[in-house]
Amino acid sequence: MSFRDWYRVDRLPTIYCVGCGNGTVINCTLHAVDTLGWKWEETVFVSGIGCSSRAPGYIKTDSLHTTHGRALAFATGIKLARPGLHVVVFTGDGDLAAIGGNHFIHACRRNVDMTVICMNNWIYGMTGGQGSPTTPRGAITTTTPYGSGEGVFDLSALAVVAGANHVARWTSYHVKELTRAIQTGLETPGFSLIEVLTQCPTAYGRRNKLRDVAETVEYLKTHAILLQKYNRLVGEGKPVPEDMFTVGEFVRRNRPVMGVLP
Amino acid sequence: MSRLEFMQGNTACAEGALAAGCRFFAGYPITPSTEVAEHLALALPKTKGVFIQMEDEIASIAAVIGASWTGARAMTATSGPGFSLMMENIGYAAMTETPCVVVNIQRGGPSTGQPTLGAQGDMLQCRFGSHGDYSIIALSPASVQEMFELTVKAFNLSERYRVPAFLMADEIIGHMRERLTIPDSVEVIPRKKLDPGTLPFKAGEGDIPGFPTFGEGYGVHVTGLTHDERGYPAATNPKAHEKLVMRLVRKVESARKEMADYRVTNPDEEQVFVSYGAPTRTVHQVLHDRPKEEIGHLQLRVVWPFPEFALSEFPDAKSFLVPEMNLGQMAREMERHTDVPVIPVPKLGGYLHTPDELARTLEGSR
Repeated sequence: MSFRDWYRVDRLPTIYCVGCGNGTVINCTLHAVDTLGWKWEETVFVSGIGCSSRAPGYIKTDSLHTTHGRALAFATGIKLARPGLHVVVFTGDGDLAAIGGNHFIHACRRNVDMTVICMNNWIYGMTGGQGSPTTPRGAITTTTPYGSGEGVFDLSALAVVAGANHVARWTSYHVKELTRAIQTGLETPGFSLIEVLTQCPTAYGRRNKLRDVAETVEYLKTHAILLQKYNRLVGEGKPVPEDMFTVGEFVRRNRPVMGVLP
Repeated sequence: MSRLEFMQGNTACAEGALAAGCRFFAGYPITPSTEVAEHLALALPKTKGVFIQMEDEIASIAAVIGASWTGARAMTATSGPGFSLMMENIGYAAMTETPCVVVNIQRGGPSTGQPTLGAQGDMLQCRFGSHGDYSIIALSPASVQEMFELTVKAFNLSERYRVPAFLMADEIIGHMRERLTIPDSVEVIPRKKLDPGTLPFKAGEGDIPGFPTFGEGYGVHVTGLTHDERGYPAATNPKAHEKLVMRLVRKVESARKEMADYRVTNPDEEQVFVSYGAPTRTVHQVLHDRPKEEIGHLQLRVVWPFPEFALSEFPDAKSFLVPEMNLGQMAREMERHTDVPVIPVPKLGGYLHTPDELARTLEGSR
């Protein structure tokens, strides 16, 4: 099989805007499940509400497109009731960190065996560009017309302290690294979060001088700093350039998990 | 051999769930329902079932719906505040036609209200609480035995019609202890599977589609969006929406006769008590204390869909007296269905109507 065989072809094209990064993330995910030789009959994709959450509808496995923020709770029910199924969740920054924040930390704490792929585009895309818990300070959105004055959630850091067995962050530029990270997440027993920083030219970019997709991807490339490099700079007491974000594998460990076959 | 027990209503509910083949329970602690969860926390792991305490009631009903899509008979139990939190996902279960049982051991509301005292204030919420048009099934037990029997029935109706079923009990029945006979086995109606090759949301007999269980190669897409018979989103298609919602309502409402479950006593009388749940017990007492008075009684065991034809079991009725532990929620529904005067007998505060109170109502309505 190829990753293409996982698509629900009669539902294409997707609803995504031109230049959206979500398709890249879906491709990487399907590459990963296909590389592992997973069977589509034994795989379930779950999601909440938002652009990211439309992804399961384009995949031919069983899929559950649920209510806003609650995907992880639905997925927990599926995984515990039928541990033989592979459970993968697509979510976004609003879905996972705002309305679904409580389910997020508790799913990490339980370490339920599932892989969660969060398309973090710093914005509510589907509702037209409102501020989210990951909207950078100062960024313009329809609900922060004078610039966001709120702090920002570091989703990966949150997952690490909440107890997830595997946490990684990449961007829509780093497709190879991202695909490998997703594959690691799928293979790791317990809860895995793969946070993907991805562009939303329509709702975020055009209000924040990132209208051009190529420029945004370039921004993701040039502003990502590998975790090891960041740690080395900090360890050597050297300055870390401002407005950089770390990418890489934040944790991979073997804490007790829920939802695996004995 | 059936088993004779002396048991609390909430425990009887849990025993009913086990007898009905419940394999999955997700819940969150809340008075006065918690004993249901506690009993299943002990019992489910012994039968290879799953018990999980979730982070809130929103997550609890979500996990139940997720488990149900893997084919498990699944249940949660709660009370007023938790019930309010569940509303959005109850609508999701109705829209996606997910079998699930929600037990509500009602307490006094609104808000935190009276955690330890009984009420029947959620009877309209269970019918209409989520947004949009839909229909559900609700049952109301009036004894520990009925807690067992109607829990079993809730599972069977939910699985048969692919709709959320509510066991609308109350603190009085939930915490009361009395004799319970647990039969060797109960009737268990299995969920009808989707015939391979059939569209997953194409309704078959009785407007009910077969169920495409996850993990069995159906490759079904399930969404809370308005969807077509393939299960694909059709949210901007007015015809698809009308067709779907009309079917979701029709499959329940057109089956009200086969779902109906009520008890008729003295059908030839002119004064008729209509009750469900705990007030039924006071009505029984009044009938027992006044054998020479001419009093009819209709006890509803299935409350939603409302069996309006049950009212015509009393052809000579001059008044329907409806004792409820709310301000007349089901009395209002009855008024829609009969020209006979409907007299609400509301009682708030957490205690049952006394027999004297009901007797005075009888005298006042003569």
